[in-house]
Amino acid sequence: MATLTEGTNGYLLEATEVSKTYGAVVALRSASLQVLPGEVHALMGANGAGKSTLVKVLTGGVRPDGGVIKVRGAERAIHSPAEARRGGLVSVYQEPALIPDLDIDSNLRLTQTPFELFREWVRELGLEDLDLTAMARDLPLASLRIIDLARALAIEPDVLMLDEMTAALPANLTERVLGVVNGLRGGDRCTIFISHRMTEIASVCDRATVLREGATVGVVDVGEEDSADRIVELMLGDVAVEMAENSEKGQSPHRSEHVRPRIEVRKVGAQSRLRDVSFELYPGEVLGVVALEGQGQDELFDILAGSDRPTTGEVLVDGEAVSFRHPADAIRRGVVFVPADRAEALLMQRPVRDNVALPFSVRLRSWGPIRSKAEKPKVDKAVGRLQIDTRAGREVRFLSGGNQQKVTIARWVAGGVGTMLCFDPTRGIDIRTKHQIYPLLRELAASGTAVLLYTSELSEIQLACDRAIVIFNGEVVAEIDADDADETTLMRAAHNLRSDALLPSQVIASSTRAELAEGEGGGEGRR
Amino acid sequence: MTAVDTSIAVDRPRSALVHFVRRNVWTLGLVGILVVLLVITKIIQPNYGPPAIQGLAISVLPLAFAAVAQTCAVLSKGIDLSVGSMMAFTSVAAAAMMDNRSESFAILVVVGVLVMGLIIGAVNGALVVFTRVPDIVVTLAMLFVWAGAALLVLQRPGGGSADWLSGLTSGHVFTQWVPKAAVVLLLVIAAVWIPIRRSRLGLSLYAVGSDSLAAFRSGVSVGRTKIFSYMLAGLFSALAGLSLTASTGIGTPVPGPYTLMSVAAVVLGGVSLAGGRGGVFGPVVAVVILSLLRTDMTFLNVNTNLATVAQGVILVGVVMVGSLIQLRRQQ
Repeated sequence: MATLTEGTNGYLLEATEVSKTYGAVVALRSASLQVLPGEVHALMGANGAGKSTLVKVLTGGVRPDGGVIKVRGAERAIHSPAEARRGGLVSVYQEPALIPDLDIDSNLRLTQTPFELFREWVRELGLEDLDLTAMARDLPLASLRIIDLARALAIEPDVLMLDEMTAALPANLTERVLGVVNGLRGGDRCTIFISHRMTEIASVCDRATVLREGATVGVVDVGEEDSADRIVELMLGDVAVEMAENSEKGQSPHRSEHVRPRIEVRKVGAQSRLRDVSFELYPGEVLGVVALEGQGQDELFDILAGSDRPTTGEVLVDGEAVSFRHPADAIRRGVVFVPADRAEALLMQRPVRDNVALPFSVRLRSWGPIRSKAEKPKVDKAVGRLQIDTRAGREVRFLSGGNQQKVTIARWVAGGVGTMLCFDPTRGIDIRTKHQIYPLLRELAASGTAVLLYTSELSEIQLACDRAIVIFNGEVVAEIDADDADETTLMRAAHNLRSDALLPSQVIASSTRAELAEGEGGGEGRR
Repeated sequence: MTAVDTSIAVDRPRSALVHFVRRNVWTLGLVGILVVLLVITKIIQPNYGPPAIQGLAISVLPLAFAAVAQTCAVLSKGIDLSVGSMMAFTSVAAAAMMDNRSESFAILVVVGVLVMGLIIGAVNGALVVFTRVPDIVVTLAMLFVWAGAALLVLQRPGGGSADWLSGLTSGHVFTQWVPKAAVVLLLVIAAVWIPIRRSRLGLSLYAVGSDSLAAFRSGVSVGRTKIFSYMLAGLFSALAGLSLTASTGIGTPVPGPYTLMSVAAVVLGGVSLAGGRGGVFGPVVAVVILSLLRTDMTFLNVNTNLATVAQGVILVGVVMVGSLIQLRRQQ
């Protein structure tokens, strides 16, 4: 494989045995990737497997230590994103590469984007009334990601790389994006598609290259029957078995009926998004929250975590009405918050130990020196319990996303916790870590903790929750038992549809190749 | 579905005027404050007239250029503590070279000094980019370097200035209410800044200051842009130095309090110290306001030390009130 000759194999992009190390941490050992013209190629792997690093190498963001990159058979050394762009390699990163302090128009001029093409793509992607004079900073994340994608599409690169493009997008936009990616098939160019969502891979990709621990471990033809299983097998390697056991352990829903609720939310409203939400959260249960983007769930969690105050209604903790003025008030009542964005919770430039110890060393309320001796056992216990990989632990920012999220949970577990509010804690995290987080939440519940879990991935409800409430337009529109909460049911409820109505999204309900063939003929993308 | 659609909807396009006002609300507010201050000045000193305004324009000139220099560095998320020293160095260099030389030779000197400013700025920028030493440390070191260099050129105030150069700053244009110094200031800034602001280089400047990672990923050369921003800072510092020589007729080797005043003007001028936000005209207006405040307090016979205290309080007050108003508007 290492000695493929130029031009004869017909690959548009060919990366061979790319390696990259950061100090002692090996990000890529031997990653290889071959992409044919006209295909949508999935790049898969657990977090920390090296997908993002490989993409950064291909787009000039990171300089590799070794390996060969060929575009259309010619060897290329890519030193910067600007150079990669000129060579036809463009990536849409997980964080939009738009300048917050420039308006959209200036952002387009900065990257010399063909204006008309951009307009067309934006329309195609479902952003109808885009104001080009709006500051990028003032736009919601979902819009920014769509703009970033449209900008990349308008350049018409030879190789388009989409890194977790659909993460944090609402369902209707996800659908549009998948439609457009699907339309990119065929022709002379190619797309590299990174996603953790298996259904998306199945619906738009032709082949998948799987990375594990920085090396390519296999290439799977997505069209084959058991491709999803094979991909998971390749991604997980030897932990596949262990994981299966874990998820079975996780399936032990129990709910204590006659206990006083840990948290009662009564007719709470705030600003315009959250209108009238009521529910109870009991100790010992994991309560799922399901909602499309922007239905008031952000506001609800802000209120419960003490970052914001409700304008109407009240919140009761242990039967007592509370009015949190600061997250510290909430924490004092044992209500703690795990945000989706790790950067909001962690001291990125401090070690794991400091991060885990912070909440309870603050809680001691002593102005003297920190008692590291008393801290250590607690911290070690929490780190061990969550199986945090601390090899790169000098500073938390060097950890992978999954490990960072474990640290945010560990810091509350270490000091003991009454109620944990988790806002999409598995966003952008690999399957392996996810399957460590679900049992952990179950374990916490089993020990009497009340867990409120908002998730954008509907399959998680059955994996981790006892029951789920569905919020639509600032109100609770349904409560569903975990046993009945399959993805279709939840999707319907999230759209506030009657159970016999048709789903707006076919991609998400179930994506079989047959449906796909239909979709392709639908002419969703421009060719 | 409709509910989801609205969640990503964006404001409708506004008219150009509203748009302009929104973008420049801070600068326009400062102009308003300046007008009010001028009225107040006229009230407390009824004979405040054209000569006083011309004097104000001349005295403001060096600091205004210094503020623009600082703005260029701050926009790209840097800071240049060597502005005052660069001014002193370029000022004495120009004065020493122009002393007892022909008027036409002075043209060469002016061009040479401006090029020198660009080179000094490039050195600052290159040190920041290639050594990865923080901006504040590099420019602090350069503050000492150029302050020392200025004293090597001239031990004591001296040298001279060409007549045409001095003539550029004194007098008036058209009516006696329009000081020549103010016109020169605005023309020079506009000639240098507006083309840059409109170019991709100017966009890059804002981009790097706003979010350097996003800029890098958008294909901007971050290092080159930073060096460019320091070159601009050097160029405007040289202009400030030249205007110092032009207005006093000599070169002074000991820098005035220009560096910190330029930072104050930048802050008051609505430029974010976090980079990426603001323009050059706000700081220029801010410089005039700060200077006029001092004049007014002199008229009112306020103790000069107390006036300095008051200046600080006003600086914090204006920025605080401005931020509060902006916060209100966002809600």
